[in-house]
Amino acid sequence: MPSVKLMQGNEACTLGALTAGLDFFAGYPITPSTEIAELCAEELPKVGGKFIQMEDEIASMAAIIGASLTGRKAMTATSGPGFSLMQENIGYASLAEVPVVIINVQRVGPSTGMPTSPSQGEVMQARWGTHGDHPVVVLAPGNVKECFDLTVKAFNIAEDYRIPVVVLTDEVIGHMREKVVLPDFETVKVTRRKAPASPGGYKPYEADPDGGVPLMASFGQGYRYHVTGLFHDETGFPSNRGDVADVLIRRLMKKVENAEPLIRDYATESIEDCEILVVAFGSSAMSSLSAVRQARAKGIKVGLFRPKTIWPFPEEPLRELSSQVKRVIVPEMNLGQLVLEIERVIGCRAPVERLSKVNGELFKPEEILFVIMGGEK
Amino acid sequence: MSDSLKYFRENRLPHIWCPGCGHGTVTGALVRAIAKLKLDKNKIVVVSGIGCSSRAPGYLDFDTLHTTHGRALAFATGIKLSRPELKVIVMTGDGDCTAIGGNHFIHAARRNIDITTILMNNNIYGMTSGQYSPMTPKGMLGTTAPYGNTERSFDLAKLSIAAGATYVARATAYHAVLLEELIEKALLNPGFSVVEALSQCPTYYGRKNKLGTPVDMMTWFKDHAVNIKAAAVMSPEKLEGKFLIGEMHNSPEPEFTAEYSALAEGVRRKFDSFQGGLRECAQNSD
Ligand SMILES: Cc1ncc(C[n+]2csc(CCOP(=O)(O)OP(=O)(O)O)c2C)c(N)n1
Ligand code: SF4
Repeated sequence: MPSVKLMQGNEACTLGALTAGLDFFAGYPITPSTEIAELCAEELPKVGGKFIQMEDEIASMAAIIGASLTGRKAMTATSGPGFSLMQENIGYASLAEVPVVIINVQRVGPSTGMPTSPSQGEVMQARWGTHGDHPVVVLAPGNVKECFDLTVKAFNIAEDYRIPVVVLTDEVIGHMREKVVLPDFETVKVTRRKAPASPGGYKPYEADPDGGVPLMASFGQGYRYHVTGLFHDETGFPSNRGDVADVLIRRLMKKVENAEPLIRDYATESIEDCEILVVAFGSSAMSSLSAVRQARAKGIKVGLFRPKTIWPFPEEPLRELSSQVKRVIVPEMNLGQLVLEIERVIGCRAPVERLSKVNGELFKPEEILFVIMGGEK
Repeated sequence: MSDSLKYFRENRLPHIWCPGCGHGTVTGALVRAIAKLKLDKNKIVVVSGIGCSSRAPGYLDFDTLHTTHGRALAFATGIKLSRPELKVIVMTGDGDCTAIGGNHFIHAARRNIDITTILMNNNIYGMTSGQYSPMTPKGMLGTTAPYGNTERSFDLAKLSIAAGATYVARATAYHAVLLEELIEKALLNPGFSVVEALSQCPTYYGRKNKLGTPVDMMTWFKDHAVNIKAAAVMSPEKLEGKFLIGEMHNSPEPEFTAEYSALAEGVRRKFDSFQGGLRECAQNSD
C-alpha cells in the first residue's frame, strides 16, 4: 500500500536503497551525509544486512566493492572531501565492473569549505574524478521523493551495467523535509543480479555482444576467478597488450553510451511554447521552477528543462528543445560546470547565459526571475 | 608439492618474479599450509594490493582480488563482513601494508577481523625499483635513500600486537618449513593474524646494498634469525644484531564479524522489517 511520510532527502535515499535491496553499507561520517550512515547502522541489522564504519572513505569505497563481489548490494554515502578520497577506488569499480552506489551530498568546497552549506561544485568530480576514461552514471534528484526514486534507479543501473553509480544531491536536498508519497515497496522494480550458468568455462569479462556487459559471479560460489585493476582480457587476467586495452576501454565506455536512451531521465515545465529556457538540476532547479512559474504569471514564455541523469547528459531532448528558443539560462551553484555540457549540446542553436552562485546559499527565485526578465546578471 | 600444485593456476605460470626473489617461496609456504589444512578452495578468497608481492594471488586457484595500492585489507574487510563463512587471506608487501596501507592495517588488527595477512617483507619497494619503505632498516640504501635511510623502521610484530592482532608470527624465506607451520596456525586463528615473512629482493635491495646473491641473502637470514624460544634464554649481548622469528603472539579474542552477526541476530528478532525512520536529525557540521 502506498504510504505518506514526511521525510528528509537523506532519509529518502536510505529508504530507496533499502527498497532496492541494499544489504551492505560502509562509510565514514561527514556532514551533510551522515544521517544516511546513521540510518543504515540502525536498519541494516534488522534486514540481515551489514553496516560498518570504516577508518576513512578510501576504505569505505574498498569495502563496498569487496562486498559487492560477494553478491551484496552495497553503498556508501559521503560529501566533497570524502568523495575526493574515494576517487581511486571508484576508478577500480569502473574498470573491474563492480556494481556499487555512492550517495554524494554536496557541500561547498574545495577542501573543508563550508560543511553545512549547499553547493553543486561536484558535477565534474562526479564525472571525471578518477583518472582515465571510465564509465559512470550520475543521477541528480530535484526533491525528496526523487531521492527515493533515483536511489532505487541507481542500484538498478549499477546492476544492469556493472558500474559505479553516483546519486548527487546537496545539503539542502539532503536535509530538506517534504511530504512524500511512497509506493508500495513490493511493486518497485528492482534488478536482481543474473549469475552465469555454471563455473565451467566461466570467462568473467566475456561481454554480451549487444549490451557489452559480462555476467558477474559472486566470490565463494566455486567460480574461482581473478579480479584486477590492471587492464585485462576476458579471462580477467592482466594483459599489457595495446589491442586488449583498446577493446576493453571502448567496451566499458560503450556500455553507458548505448544505455543512454534507456536510462535517460529528465523533467520539463511549460516548454510547449517557450522562447526562453532555464536548464537546472537539483536544488537550483527548485528555485528555477518557482521563477519560471512567476514569469509565466507575468505572461513571459519561459520553460524549464531539468535533467535527472546528468551523466550521461540527456542530449537529444535538450538539443531538440533548444532549436525553438531564443535564450537558454543555466543557474548553477558553482562557477559553471554543467553549463559546459549544455553549451556543447546546444551548440549555436541558442545563446547560453550562465548564472553562478558560490556563497553557500540557494538561488532565490527572484534572482533567476530577474535574469529571465532580461536583467543583467 | 604435488598436493599443493592443485591450488595453483598452472596456466598462469611462469610468474613475473625475478630469479632468486623470495616471494615465490612465501607463496609456496602459504599454499602448502592450505593444502595441509585441506581447506575448500571454493571458499577461499585471496586479496592483495599493489607490488611484486601483491601479484601472488593471480597464480592461485581461488577467488582472487588484486586491488589498489595499500587497500587490500579494506577490500578484504568488505568481503569477510559480507560472508563470514569465507576464508579470507591478504598477501601484501612492506610498502603496501605499512606505508600507504598502514591505517587499514592497524584498524583491521583493532577489529580483530578474521583475516590472515601474509606480509612479504623485502625491506624495499620492489615493484617501483628500489625506493626505501617504512620497513627499510636505518642506514640502508634505496634509490630514494641514496646516502642511507635516516628514518626508523617499523617492528611489524610489535605494531601488530599493539594494534590488536590476535596471532602474530615471523619467519623468513630461508625458514620455509617454519613459515609454513606459522601460516597454518595463523589460518586456524579465528581473528586477525599476521605472518611477516622476510623475503629477499636481490634485484633492488640486494644490489643497492651489495648483499650478494640470493643465496647470500638467504644465508644472512639464517645467520641472523633467532627463534623467540631460544632468545628467551640468551643474553642481550648475544642477541645484538639479530632478529626474532617464531610465534610472537597467540591470544584469541572475540572475532569482529561473529560479534556483528550475533548482535544483528538479536536486533532482527526484535524488529520485523524496515519501518522507515521519522526521527529528528540534528544539524551537525564538519
Ligand atoms: C596510489 C599508488 N601510489 C603509488 C603506486 C606505485 N607503487 C606500486 S607498487 C609500490 C610499492 C610496492 O612495494 P611493496 O609493497 O613493499 O611490495 P614489493 O614490490 O616490494 O613486493 C608503489 C609505491 C601505486 N601503484 N599506487
Ligand atoms: S624486484 Fe625484487 S621483489 Fe620484485 S620480483 Fe624482483 S626480486 Fe622480487
